[in-house]
Amino acid sequence: MRELTYNEAALEAIAEEMRRDPKIFYMSTDALPPLLKEFGEQRVKATPITEAAFTGIGIGAAGCGFRPIVDWRQVTFCFVAMDQIVNQAAKIHYMFGGQVTFPMLFRASVGGGGLVAAQHSQSPYSMFMNVAGLKMFLPSTPYDMKGLIKTAIRDNNPVISFESSRLMGRRGPVPDEDYTIPLGQADVKREGSDVTVVALAWLVHEALAAAEELAKEGISVEIVDPRTLVPLDKDTIRSSVRKTGRLVIADEAGPTAGFSAEVAAVVTEDAATFARLKAPVKRVCALQVPIPYSPVLENAVFPDRNRIIAGIREVLDAKQPAAA
Amino acid sequence: MALSTNLSPDKQREMLRQMLTIRRFEERASADYLAGKIYGVVHCYIGEEAVAVGVCTALGGNDRIISTHRGHGHCIAKGADLNRMMAELYGRQTGYCKGKGGSMHIADFGIGMLGANGIVAGGISIVTGAGLAAQMEGKGGVAVSFFGDGASNAGPFHECLNIAAAWKLPMIYVCENNMYAAQTAAAQTHALPDVAARAAGYGIPGIVVDGNDVFAVHQAASGAVDRARSGGGPTLIECKTYRWRAHTERKGQPDPRDQAEVEAWKRKDPIALLERQLRDQGELDDPGLRAIEGGVMSALEAAVAFAEASPFPLPEQATDDVFAA
Repeated sequence: MRELTYNEAALEAIAEEMRRDPKIFYMSTDALPPLLKEFGEQRVKATPITEAAFTGIGIGAAGCGFRPIVDWRQVTFCFVAMDQIVNQAAKIHYMFGGQVTFPMLFRASVGGGGLVAAQHSQSPYSMFMNVAGLKMFLPSTPYDMKGLIKTAIRDNNPVISFESSRLMGRRGPVPDEDYTIPLGQADVKREGSDVTVVALAWLVHEALAAAEELAKEGISVEIVDPRTLVPLDKDTIRSSVRKTGRLVIADEAGPTAGFSAEVAAVVTEDAATFARLKAPVKRVCALQVPIPYSPVLENAVFPDRNRIIAGIREVLDAKQPAAA
Repeated sequence: MALSTNLSPDKQREMLRQMLTIRRFEERASADYLAGKIYGVVHCYIGEEAVAVGVCTALGGNDRIISTHRGHGHCIAKGADLNRMMAELYGRQTGYCKGKGGSMHIADFGIGMLGANGIVAGGISIVTGAGLAAQMEGKGGVAVSFFGDGASNAGPFHECLNIAAAWKLPMIYVCENNMYAAQTAAAQTHALPDVAARAAGYGIPGIVVDGNDVFAVHQAASGAVDRARSGGGPTLIECKTYRWRAHTERKGQPDPRDQAEVEAWKRKDPIALLERQLRDQGELDDPGLRAIEGGVMSALEAAVAFAEASPFPLPEQATDDVFAA
């Protein structure tokens, strides 16, 4: 099968959808050259650097029958548009009694690894998960990226595509034929029996490397990639944990009220899954700090395969939660 | 005082009917709010009726508007159904938002009313998106942003005027300058007395108009609509007006405005002015006015009856419509 990079897979999905549906148009600060070349200025708009304004413009156009793609680029740039995202996009379908739909795709890159410091490195998806009315996903492979973007563009709700900065150039197989991946469907990236690792984006790859390493010792690691954050595929996560009895959650975001906290709750509040736990749940997350610049500091903040391995060893060594 | 030569007598009487409908609707909403039948918060537009009616009379059915937290007038002027409006205020299933929105969130996309909006300046960019949609549709539609003097100091106003001017969007930005942002006087927060003067910074026309003279508002709006339809881009219209009531209908709310100022503006009542204009032209007499008033009151009573007879939402409907199918 041919290979594309993560970023190319996103652009290919968008271009294919734009060819299919003339109601789709694209807005970003600086028009993306390949899209601009094919679709022209009418459908690929370079905006002023005003995320608040062009996010709202996207909402209005969506309410009038268009299907805008609003590219915030770095997720940190969309914070100036929070009123439009939280008060408007997320709420208006509900607040107006469902009388009209607001189909929109928002794009935002997340994560670290670029040594660009705190205002250009962040993984704030849990802030958005906390807002009712937004769907969102964070793919780990070019294949998942293309299939999820296509589904999101066809969805009749605001959907955020969080895209890992570290994975932009990473290659992977992408079939020629048209396909989609449903939102809310996790993917078991590796089957195993001793411990479940729920990981996102770049950390899926780190977890796979960790699993290879531990396999040499006879430790069998199952890796679940939720892919979609909202709606979250609770069933796949729970059934994996019921099988292995142990859970490590790996996330490039900090732990506090984060994605990892949500997954831990999903597992522990389900009686059947809780009953199968052989060890406390372990979170392997970024430190709860703004992302620093110096390579030494940035590396100190983010989890990696070694910390995932340490986390797995911790849950394997742990005793079952005491009944006494 | 502006003349009304381009409007038929029927149209002029229709404008009076709409302005009276807004006033009587809100008098009733206020009374029912104080009686505990309407919840949360209600912001009355009374005193500013000429702005919504003057502008919306210049629009066609395919044109779109967006409103503010003070939105009843814009809804009525764009042709919203009083029954569904009142039912929404009453928190009923039959309301425009199925009881999910209330006074600050009434919308009717079917008639091009893109919603009242509870966030000051929150609607300006959304309706600018409707302007972009109209431009992309290429059918000559326009979009109108209603907002207050308070919103004119917020970022979205400036960001959107710039984009609309740069992209020549078919937009009309209508500032309802009632001289107060909630309880704070515009004189304390505005660097310039006229919001319209800011249009110069974006290279678009900025017009100051007597917002209590419905014909003056209509004339300014018609010019802006023509300009927008013909590809000339946006216009900023500042309507100088005044709200007669406090910021909200909440009892005991402070209203720091000088009572003499309030009374002086009441003497510039936009509805009385229109009545006078119609009488002077021989287009309205006492029976004619009584007939209009009677029609307004019976529509209002029907709306209240509809709301009162409508069921409340079911508790389990709280989880409906978070996402669209």
